[in-house]
Amino acid sequence: MRTLMILLRKEFRQIFRNKAMLPIIFVMPVVQLLILVHAADFEVRHIRVHVQDMDASVTSRQWLAHIQANDRFEVSAFSRSFGSGMNALDAGNADVFLRIPLDFEKELLTSGTSQVMVELNGMDAQFASLAYAYLQGTTQTLNGEILFHKLGTIPTPPISIHNRFWYNLTMNYKNLMVPGLLAVLVTLAGMFLSSMNIVREKEIGTIEQLNVTPIKKWQFIVGKLLPFWLISLFLLALGLTLGWLLFDIPIEGSLVLLFLFAGLYLIVMLGLGLLISSLTDTQQQAMFVSWFFLVIFILMSGLFTPIENMPEWARVITWFNPVSYFMEVIRMVLLKGSGLKDILHHAAVILLMGVIVNSIAIRAYRKTT
Amino acid sequence: MIRTFIALVQKEFLHILRDKRTLIVLFGMPVAQVILFGYAINTEINHARMGVLDRSRNDQSVELIQRFSVSDYFHEPLYLDHLDQIEDVFRSGQVKMVVVIGPELGKGLIRGSASIQIVTDASDPNMASVMTQYAQGIIGKWLKDKTNGTYGPQGIITTSRMHYNPEMRSVNLFVPGVITVILMLVSAMLTSIAISREKELGTMEILLVSPLRPGTIILGKVIPYLVLSLVNAIFIFLIGQWIFHVPMQGSYGMLILSGLIFISAALSLGLLISSIARTQQLALMLSLFALMMPTILLSGFIFPVSSMPIPLQVLANIMPAKHFIVILRGIMLKGVGMEFLWKEVLILTGMSVILLFISVRKFKIRLQ
Repeated sequence: MRTLMILLRKEFRQIFRNKAMLPIIFVMPVVQLLILVHAADFEVRHIRVHVQDMDASVTSRQWLAHIQANDRFEVSAFSRSFGSGMNALDAGNADVFLRIPLDFEKELLTSGTSQVMVELNGMDAQFASLAYAYLQGTTQTLNGEILFHKLGTIPTPPISIHNRFWYNLTMNYKNLMVPGLLAVLVTLAGMFLSSMNIVREKEIGTIEQLNVTPIKKWQFIVGKLLPFWLISLFLLALGLTLGWLLFDIPIEGSLVLLFLFAGLYLIVMLGLGLLISSLTDTQQQAMFVSWFFLVIFILMSGLFTPIENMPEWARVITWFNPVSYFMEVIRMVLLKGSGLKDILHHAAVILLMGVIVNSIAIRAYRKTT
Repeated sequence: MIRTFIALVQKEFLHILRDKRTLIVLFGMPVAQVILFGYAINTEINHARMGVLDRSRNDQSVELIQRFSVSDYFHEPLYLDHLDQIEDVFRSGQVKMVVVIGPELGKGLIRGSASIQIVTDASDPNMASVMTQYAQGIIGKWLKDKTNGTYGPQGIITTSRMHYNPEMRSVNLFVPGVITVILMLVSAMLTSIAISREKELGTMEILLVSPLRPGTIILGKVIPYLVLSLVNAIFIFLIGQWIFHVPMQGSYGMLILSGLIFISAALSLGLLISSIARTQQLALMLSLFALMMPTILLSGFIFPVSSMPIPLQVLANIMPAKHFIVILRGIMLKGVGMEFLWKEVLILTGMSVILLFISVRKFKIRLQ
């Protein structure tokens, strides 16, 4: 026990005396969280519409007024020709090119329907389809008004459809992204710190000095893991506090449960870091290998795109991805108030992973070279 | 002079080539990323699990539920018995949407009193709105068929045409992004780490006391990474072309020119970081947290810059990656040339000149 304490003291001292690293460990992740949460947003705003109104009728102006009144849209320019509209799409000055054809109103009055072609910049498929959906929203309102004008009343449909959005009434994307980014930042900090640690001692040669001491393997591993485990949990607490204070993210579930799970999860990630560290020869290698796994873990974690949308084989891969379990649990507990019984499966898998990864890591670390 | 310079470049190349693990990751990572973005990262809903609480339990409701499960969007539903269960299935994450069909659906249709509720777990707001949209579409179509077209669309009908990416494939959008991120990674991160490594191990001193001028040392350090970056970029480009048939509409000359400008900006950034960082760990953390995450999130790689708040848009515009992604997408997907992209090319050139100037000035020829 005494050896362990001494080892821990050494590790902590090494971390805290490094004045250049300290702000990077403690300040950078938090700053990132605060800034990036504004960027990590799939909400579609500022859709730039280029309009060519050939009809110039009452109805077409009414429609344009609806578009201009909607704060998602910005009418960027009016033009007279098809060419200039397409140029605006080419140059990236417009996202949508709306051409209202000649006889648009006449057609509507005589036959009851009128066709309009909407040209969209489809490079970002999701942005384009949401932009198109919002544009259709404006035509729906307009259609309702036209119908009301014609009939004097809005006919009630035989069926009423109600939409209910639970857990996030204001449809705030930050509620989803703050926990998600927090999970990523804690993972990044923990895994990078641990994966570069042993290999650093190897590279500068101090590992030999440790190897000739009577320190046991498990003491060595615990001594290396524990400081980063505490730092990562501290980062999680710091990020949660800031998220709660600044972004008002909901904390529906039990924080004790979340931290217990996070503690378990970090054992897996730190163990993985240690394993990489003991299998590589230079810090550069260690960093690249962990970066490789982290990129895949994060992309497959459901941070940006839900796992449900993935094809079957990719979903099977996510079963082996520790980050995806943490991502799900942090969101479930914070946003939906899920309890122990809901995350029992996740906890069991993470526990199993922790046992496997760490027993391999202890085996892989050799005191002799 | 030239001979010593060549020797220096050779030494750097040997350093890179003998480290097999780094090389594997360096070339394996883009492959994995492009494949993930091409196949797995999907913003379209496909066979999502849903729940149904059917209070009618008649032919009409069974037919409506059938419509959901045969669509590509939803999976065979999970049947619930009462409203309290919605909370349970949402909490455990089994389903993200529950359709509640009110009693007497058939009679209600005739009397105009039928009701349906679409309840979604909106912790992911976009997913919830897209699922609601699809569910409404399915119900609307069913209603139209039930009432013999009385409740079909009326008024203004829009049709959309998606330019530059008619099949709406996300891989087309992501390949330019992956190229940018990898170039940034190789050029800025690797360079900064390689230099701080020499400092940490003490071999920098040996280089500095050699008759080589500091400028030559920098150049010798940078050239191998320039070559490596280019090879890697071409490699990703070819994977995109061969496996995913990502279009290449514009000119190759323009592609290579803008690529070189971007790489020199990224290399200068790497030099700058290495002049600050004395250990590899610090260089890594600096380039990772100060460069990688912002490059991925702020450059428009995944999230559109135009939807960000103004201060972040300003920040995004300071980053070379944002402009390079605009150029790459313009060349590859739209097939436009200088006439539309001169602004971005000019900004990028300006950035690399300034960065190069600062980093050469900052490069210390003496160790403390």
